[in-house]
Amino acid sequence: MPDTKVRQVDGSKAVSACMEWLDDRTGIRSLMHEALHEPIPGGARWAYIFGSGLLYLFLSQVVTGVFLALYYVPSSDHAHVTVSYISKVVSSGLFLRSIHAYGATAIVILLFLHISQTLLYGSYKGKRELLWLSGCFLLALMLGMAFTGYLLPWDEKAYFASAVGTNILSEVPIIGGTLQKLLRGGPQMGTLTLSRFFVLHVFVLPGLLMAFITAHLFLFRKAGAAGPFTEDPVQPVLPTQRFYPRQVVMDMVASLLIVVALGLVAYFIPFHLGPEANTSDTTYIPRPDWYYLPIFQWLKVVSGKWSLFGGIVLPGVLAVLFAAIPFLDRGRERRPWRRPVVVAGFAIFVACYAGLGALSYHDDTRDPLVAAQLARQKKAEIDYMRQPFQPLSEPSPAAHVSAAAPAALDPLATKGAAIFAGGPCGGCHGDKGEGSEVAPKLVGVGQKYSAGSLAYLLHHRTQGMIQGGMPPVDLNQADTDALVAYLRSLK
Amino acid sequence: MSSPVDLSEQIPVPSPERRSFLGFLLASIGGLVSAALAVPLVRFAAFPLRTQTEDASWSDVGKVEEFNGLAEPAARAIDVTRIEGWRSSVVQNGVYVVPQGNGQLKVLSSVCPHLGCGVRWIGKKDEFICPCHGGTFTSTGVRVSGPPLRAMDELESKVENGVLKVRFQYFRQLVATKEPQS
Repeated sequence: MPDTKVRQVDGSKAVSACMEWLDDRTGIRSLMHEALHEPIPGGARWAYIFGSGLLYLFLSQVVTGVFLALYYVPSSDHAHVTVSYISKVVSSGLFLRSIHAYGATAIVILLFLHISQTLLYGSYKGKRELLWLSGCFLLALMLGMAFTGYLLPWDEKAYFASAVGTNILSEVPIIGGTLQKLLRGGPQMGTLTLSRFFVLHVFVLPGLLMAFITAHLFLFRKAGAAGPFTEDPVQPVLPTQRFYPRQVVMDMVASLLIVVALGLVAYFIPFHLGPEANTSDTTYIPRPDWYYLPIFQWLKVVSGKWSLFGGIVLPGVLAVLFAAIPFLDRGRERRPWRRPVVVAGFAIFVACYAGLGALSYHDDTRDPLVAAQLARQKKAEIDYMRQPFQPLSEPSPAAHVSAAAPAALDPLATKGAAIFAGGPCGGCHGDKGEGSEVAPKLVGVGQKYSAGSLAYLLHHRTQGMIQGGMPPVDLNQADTDALVAYLRSLK
Repeated sequence: MSSPVDLSEQIPVPSPERRSFLGFLLASIGGLVSAALAVPLVRFAAFPLRTQTEDASWSDVGKVEEFNGLAEPAARAIDVTRIEGWRSSVVQNGVYVVPQGNGQLKVLSSVCPHLGCGVRWIGKKDEFICPCHGGTFTSTGVRVSGPPLRAMDELESKVENGVLKVRFQYFRQLVATKEPQS
């Protein structure tokens, strides 16, 4: 029909007129041209997709992170309940949180592939030292993101893994203690630690990441794509192909695969939230995320007098060596088999890292006590995820007053209440002896046992109590009597 | 960076027409995938729109005998349990217990139906007066003058075991009829 044809022509004229108007004011055409027409020596390849895959994943983390912040509260008394609310109540909450948590893992995997490709292809050569260094900073920042983000849910594994992680800092000579206190916001882990990790994870590190990603991209464009390892790093000779369309299509396919893989994992194996961190829990065995397991195992190996060398000096030397690769390996040769030192060095490092990870896994499965405890912790997570959401109930101001002045307690029981609250008792038996998953309730125990037998039980634990994880009670006679009086007052 | 040879000599580059079609295709695929990814994000952010406000709970106002022989409205603060997202908290709301003359009591919300200020009982004038915009009501909450479009809102109340109970609710402001706020 001639009528529609005329309209189509009008339509495309209108579009190009709009483009013209926009281009006059923004120069968008030359920008697009600059972005898409970058020459790639030797043409597009699947080996080059990892950088844009990382960029895509970073954007995904930013978007999901911003949305998660809609409901998250960074304070030790609200962090866990808000993550629980996100996971159990809010629509798509568990899915988004899983995408964000698994996204960190995906970034670590892609970082490894991106670095391996760069090292094998010798793409750091030829005036690309700053490009490489900006990448080293990005690696450190990303690992920092993974470390700081791990604490935010404030569940058992988050709390204890971060406690161990921040302990490493105290190995630094002279300023170690101060550094650790600075990062934690105090000598112990607490709500200030959470605030600090939150600020690093949400403001400081993402800001630095954006700055360094910009620098990395700028330096990459300035140096130009390095091409295959047969190419000369300084004066490329191979015929080129533009970034668009072939490399763009490959990059898009890669990102699509990442989206689909992340989405499937997040949907079918959602990321679990464990029970809230219980700081008095002495039985919990912390384990970091899998990509930090080798470091964790390494610190077990080098404990004692080797801890300074193994925990600080050696990692520091390795990091400096890694950052200095383009300064040390300066020849124009890029073929991996002609650069045995760098390639073999990297391969040995990767083999050791993987070996330590395997060793850690092996250690955990071989020790029956550890394996049983780790299984218990996993089961506690599954059980917690099955429980319906419990809103945090905040008492009214009036209720506060009455709780602060328990009316019916005699002075001995009041003293006992203070001992109960000050000791680790409430951690397992509940703040008011109401019991928890890990320990029975103490309410009504006074009806079951006499004062004498309660005092005896405190100091002579039954087999069942020991197996349940009840620690020995170290109290003098007067304090024992007070504690027993309090226990008997629980109704 | 200038290139010595253009690879297009070896690898055929699509004609401009095919290029623009490819561009259109890629943009469409990208748009579709982005739209699909936006679905969980929108569901997540719009979650509060889809949650039902649960039925208001009953709160104690006080023992009925306290209000026997009440001659004028009495202000009371009641504790209302509210669940907001992840927390359940007890908030205090102001109500007036109003004698109706026939020995019956009714409970009025202190929230002005105009713009939501707290209405005060001024005993000297025998009137409820809203301090914000001067709306006035009789001692039983009937509108006398000022900008409010309706009388003060009566709350559902009952007496159970000698205790006066009330179900606190908010109502839409600036309308002539009393409609619960959803």
